[in-house]
Amino acid sequence: MAKRVKARAKTSSLGTKIFLYVFMFAMAIFILGPLLWLGVHAFASNWTYPNLYPDGWSFHWWSKVFDDSALKTAIRNSLIISPIVVVASMIICLPAAYAAGRMNYAGRKTFLIGMFAANSFPKIGLFASIATLYYALNLMGTFVGIVIIQLLGTIIYMTWIPAAAFAAIPRNLEEAARDAGASKLRVFRTITLRLAMPGILVAVVMSFLASFDEAQGSYLVGAPQIFTMPTEMYSLVQNYPIQVAAVFSLLLAFPSVILISLARKHIIGGQLAEGFQIK
Amino acid sequence: MTDSTTGEGLILNGLTKILGGRVIIDNLHLAVKKGEMVSLLGPSGCGKTTTLRMIAGFLIPDSGNITLNGNDVTLLGPEKRPSAMVFQNYALWPHMTVFKNVAYPLKVRKLSKEEIVRRVHEALEVVNLMHHKDSRPGQISGGEQQRVALARALVQEPDILLLDEPLSNLDAKLRVKVREDIRNLQRRLGITTVIVTHDQDEALSISDRIAVMNSGRIEQFSTPQELYDRPETEYVANFIGSLNRIEGDYQGGKVIPGTGVIGIRPEDVLFTQEQTTGSYPATVTLVVPRGHFSEVYIKRDDVELRAFISVDVPKIGDQGFARVAKALIYQDSKLVRVD
Ligand SMILES: Nc1ncnc2c1ncn2[C@@H]1O[C@H](COP(=O)(O)OP(=O)(O)O)[C@@H](O)[C@H]1O
Ligand SMILES: [Mg+2]
Repeated sequence: MAKRVKARAKTSSLGTKIFLYVFMFAMAIFILGPLLWLGVHAFASNWTYPNLYPDGWSFHWWSKVFDDSALKTAIRNSLIISPIVVVASMIICLPAAYAAGRMNYAGRKTFLIGMFAANSFPKIGLFASIATLYYALNLMGTFVGIVIIQLLGTIIYMTWIPAAAFAAIPRNLEEAARDAGASKLRVFRTITLRLAMPGILVAVVMSFLASFDEAQGSYLVGAPQIFTMPTEMYSLVQNYPIQVAAVFSLLLAFPSVILISLARKHIIGGQLAEGFQIK
Repeated sequence: MTDSTTGEGLILNGLTKILGGRVIIDNLHLAVKKGEMVSLLGPSGCGKTTTLRMIAGFLIPDSGNITLNGNDVTLLGPEKRPSAMVFQNYALWPHMTVFKNVAYPLKVRKLSKEEIVRRVHEALEVVNLMHHKDSRPGQISGGEQQRVALARALVQEPDILLLDEPLSNLDAKLRVKVREDIRNLQRRLGITTVIVTHDQDEALSISDRIAVMNSGRIEQFSTPQELYDRPETEYVANFIGSLNRIEGDYQGGKVIPGTGVIGIRPEDVLFTQEQTTGSYPATVTLVVPRGHFSEVYIKRDDVELRAFISVDVPKIGDQGFARVAKALIYQDSKLVRVD
């Protein structure tokens, strides 16, 4: 009897395995297929239907992107704005996340749900009302305006994830450090912050990507004076050959790949997941 | 009480602490001599940890004061007190190696690198953990973690060592060994120690003196022997060891009707075949083997007494004579007489 149950469990787990592999394969094609297509286009001199292979390979489209002053400016803008957004978000949100993480369970839950609720409305409506405010404050078409609008999209990451990370730190780890003679500041630096670091790193990566990919608000506020990489994409797909768009897309994906692989190195194993636990 | 504030060691003078609107510690007095090992013993929730946390500086008492070797430390933060605490769950830092955990207090004190290495190694030798100095807390056993926590406290060379139920997370066998280790270490280093426990065996076996706590107060503070022989209150008598509790008064080795309470230790109930002075006819009603002794229930007059007997254990139904060697007589829960 026990044997049969065991055998059934085995076949069902085999079935699950096969399903998982098929699913993963399908997902891989779904995600990697377009990327591959982009990759080939970015390095193809020319590739048209019905040819199965490109006519030849070249860096022609890459130099075209880097020679185009509008595209270059968009890349530069993105690389300047996103780090500023992340740092500003850290300065504003991390103290709040720490406070929330140190609240009791009910208080923390209210804070986090509130944050989530504020983020769950369609952004475009919020942007429209912000636009009116921006006109009044002369923030339209400015760097500051774009930074603020992108900041809004990072708040949820920079509060939720670090708050959970702070909350997960047992208080007596901090008390033990005080007992050992450390000042409050030193305890925060060497124990609290250090233990929350994996969560904070995850939040930084997510916030950077959210800022780097943000298009709606940045377009509304920035165009036509200031373009970032995603907002430049709007005009790019209409005005340039497809290969230029491909190069630009790869450039847009580049920071994500770098950041995630860097984060992977520093946030080993379960610690990444730990950052997401809401306790 | 007040003139004792000049002495060495630890003095708690009239501590009161209110938490969540309740009086948790109620006018508590305690004087621990230098080099002495004192247990705070009491059931869960009686305020042991709260008391310890006030000594360590994590809680500031609402009234009363704390002096350590003649200095008033009542208002000092934990980082400024010459005390070191071992937490119930050890509170080791998971991101640091064993070495770094133990080195942390010395690093904070800005000692030289050589000095730190020397003292950390010394402390790790004492707790027999040199071979684990590069391990993380997560990689070693509970008993080893406990010793790391102890090393981290000892390396500070504190004036007073505070232990909050240090053995409660260890399995029974290890507990006995570790408590011997802690006791030996404490004796060898002559370090003033306050240890919190709810386990009377633990308290009786390692303390110089025991403070028995009852809802925020100290009921009795004496040596283990005294505590056992002369429990000053009914509460203490019940908490320490086993007790036959009989309502009534006691006269000439006999229970008579009355308003008092009589406490008789089971080992003080003697059962014999021959009548001697002070013994009365009795019958065995139940025998429960307990390994190296037996619990024997004896009925004498209208009173049933529990006895611990290890040689010549009688059988159910045996007739003989029971004598009470020692009885504790309480009036209004206070000890009035030992007979
Ligand atoms: N911060 C607090 N707020 C309210 N009540 C508390 C707090 N800390 C402890 N208590 C209460 O004080 C009592 C004593 O607690 P504690 O000192 O931890 O007892 P013990 O260590 O003897 O088990 C308990 O009833 C506990 O619920
Ligand atoms: Mg406790």
